[in-house]
Amino acid sequence: MPQLDVKEGSVEAGLDALDTPVAASEGSLARRIAGRALPPIGAIVLLVLVWQVLWAAAFWPEFKLPAPAAVWAQIWELVTTGEILGLFWVSVHRAVIGFAISLAIAVPLGLAIANIRVVRRGIGPLVSGLQSLPSVAWVPAAILWFGLTDGAIYWVVLLGAVPSIANGLVSGLDQVPPILPRVGKALGADRLGGIRYILLPAALPGFLGGLKQGWAFSWRSLMAAELIATSPDLGEGLGQYLHNGMSLSDISMVFAGILLIFVVGVGIELLVFRPLENSVLKARGLTSAVR
Amino acid sequence: MTATVEVPRKVTEHVLRPVRFHQVGKAFGTGRKEVVALDGVDLEVKVGEFVCLLGASGCGKTTLLNLVAGLDQPTSGRIELSSSRPAVVFQEPALMPWLTAAGNVELPLRMAGVPKAQRRAKAAELLELVRLAGLGDKRPHELSGGMRQRVALARALASTTDNTGEGAGKPSLLLMDEPFSALDAITRDVLQGELLRIWRATGTAILFVTHDVREAVRLGQRVVLLSSRPGRVVREWDVEGLAGSDESGAIDEINSELRKVISSHAAA
Repeated sequence: MPQLDVKEGSVEAGLDALDTPVAASEGSLARRIAGRALPPIGAIVLLVLVWQVLWAAAFWPEFKLPAPAAVWAQIWELVTTGEILGLFWVSVHRAVIGFAISLAIAVPLGLAIANIRVVRRGIGPLVSGLQSLPSVAWVPAAILWFGLTDGAIYWVVLLGAVPSIANGLVSGLDQVPPILPRVGKALGADRLGGIRYILLPAALPGFLGGLKQGWAFSWRSLMAAELIATSPDLGEGLGQYLHNGMSLSDISMVFAGILLIFVVGVGIELLVFRPLENSVLKARGLTSAVR
Repeated sequence: MTATVEVPRKVTEHVLRPVRFHQVGKAFGTGRKEVVALDGVDLEVKVGEFVCLLGASGCGKTTLLNLVAGLDQPTSGRIELSSSRPAVVFQEPALMPWLTAAGNVELPLRMAGVPKAQRRAKAAELLELVRLAGLGDKRPHELSGGMRQRVALARALASTTDNTGEGAGKPSLLLMDEPFSALDAITRDVLQGELLRIWRATGTAILFVTHDVREAVRLGQRVVLLSSRPGRVVREWDVEGLAGSDESGAIDEINSELRKVISSHAAA
C-alpha cells in the first residue's frame, strides 16, 4: 500500500459511518411479542388462581366473593345473548362523544392559556385545580340542572376530561425548547406559520399524554355518572349494569360489570392511544420512553 | 474609510454590501441594571466575503448576529441589510425532531409556499451540497452530530435561496454562531474544510462567530476582534491566504490581543 494520501471526502464518509448511531436489533417478531405478552398473561393467571383458592377456602360467604367460573358464566351469557354489544354501545358511544366535545373545548382553551398571559394567570390555576376535583362531585348538580338525561352525563364527562386535555396541551407547549421557535423565525416563519409548523408539532408528545389522561378521566367520569344517574330513559350502559347487579344483590354480576369496565378502559388505551404515542415517540427517537 | 470621506456619497453607495453596521448599540434592561452588549459597532461585509467575528464570552457576538438575523432590534445606530434573507446556523443544529433530514431542509421552503416538487428538488440539491445525498429520509436522531449540523446548514441555505421572491438578485449572506463548537476535534476539522468548499461553491458572504482564534484564521478572509461588555470592534486583521509561519504568526498576534482584552476585565 504505497498510496498514503487519503481520498477527498473519504475522511468525512468514514466519520459519518463511525458516528452514525446504530439501532440495536430487537430479535424476531415472535420473540418480541412473547416477551411483551407473557408477563401480563402470567400475572392474570396468577391472580385468577389466588382468587380461586380464596373462594375454595370459603373465607367469605358466596354472596360476597363469587367463584371465577360464576363471573365468567355471567360474562359468557352477556356474550351469547348479544346483550354485551348493547352495553358496550351505550357506554362507549357516550364516552367517545363526550371525549370529542371535550377535545373541541379543551384545545382552544389550552392554546389560549399557553399563549395569552392574562388568560394563563386568570384561569390557568382554575383549570389545574379542576383536574384534582373528582368529577363525580358534579353528579348531584348535573342531575338537578339537567334531570336524568344524557345532558347530565355529558356534563360530568366534560368536567372530567376538559381540564386534563387542556393541561396536557399547555404543558406540551411549555416544554417546547425555546431554540425551536427562534430557528423557525430565522427560517422566515411568521406568527401563524410558527404556530402551525413549529409549535404545534413540537408540542405533540405532551399533548398526546394529555389526550390519554383525558380519555381515562372521561371514561371514569362516565362510569360514575352512569352508576349514579340510572333511569330507564337513559338506556343501559356498563354503569347501569353494575348498578343493577348491586340492586339484585348479585355479586357475580357486580364482578362481571367491574371486569367489563376495566377491559373497555384499558382496551381503548392499548388499541388507540398507546400505538399513537409509540409511533410519535419512535419517529422522534424517544423510544427509550416506550415500554 | 477616512480616505473616502471627501468622495460624494453617491459614489460609495453603489458598492453593494450585504450588511453594514452604522454605530450599532444594543443594551439589555434599563436603569441601573442596564447591560450594554454592543456599543458603537461599525462593520461591513463585502459580497462573497468570509468574515470571522472573534471575542471572549460576553462580547455580544451572538447579540450581533441576532441583530442581523432580525431576531432582535438594535437600541441605537442602524443596520443596513442589502442581502436576501440571511441564513442562520446556530450553535446547536436544532433540527425539528418530527421531520426527516429532507423535511427539515424543506421546512423554510414550505413556510414560503414553494410547491412540493420544487421543494423536493431544492432539498435534494442542498443535501447533495453538504454531502448528505441519499440520507434525506433519516430522522435527526439517526444522524451523527456533524451530519446534523450539515443538515442545519442545508436548511439555512434553503431559507435564503428563494430567488423568485424579494430576495431575487440580492447577494446572499450566511450567519453562523459558533456552529462547530459542540463537535469533537476531528469532526470540526473536517467540517471547517467542508464549509470552505461550500463557501467557494456558493459564493455567499459569511459572517462567522467564534471564540477559537485558530478557527477564525483558518476560515476567514478577515478577522474582527470584539471587546467584552460592552462589545466594541478592537482590531481587524487581513488573514486571507496565510500559510505556514505567517499563519502561526497571525494566530499568535491575535491570541495575545485577545488575552489583553480578557485580562483588562480582571482589573475592573
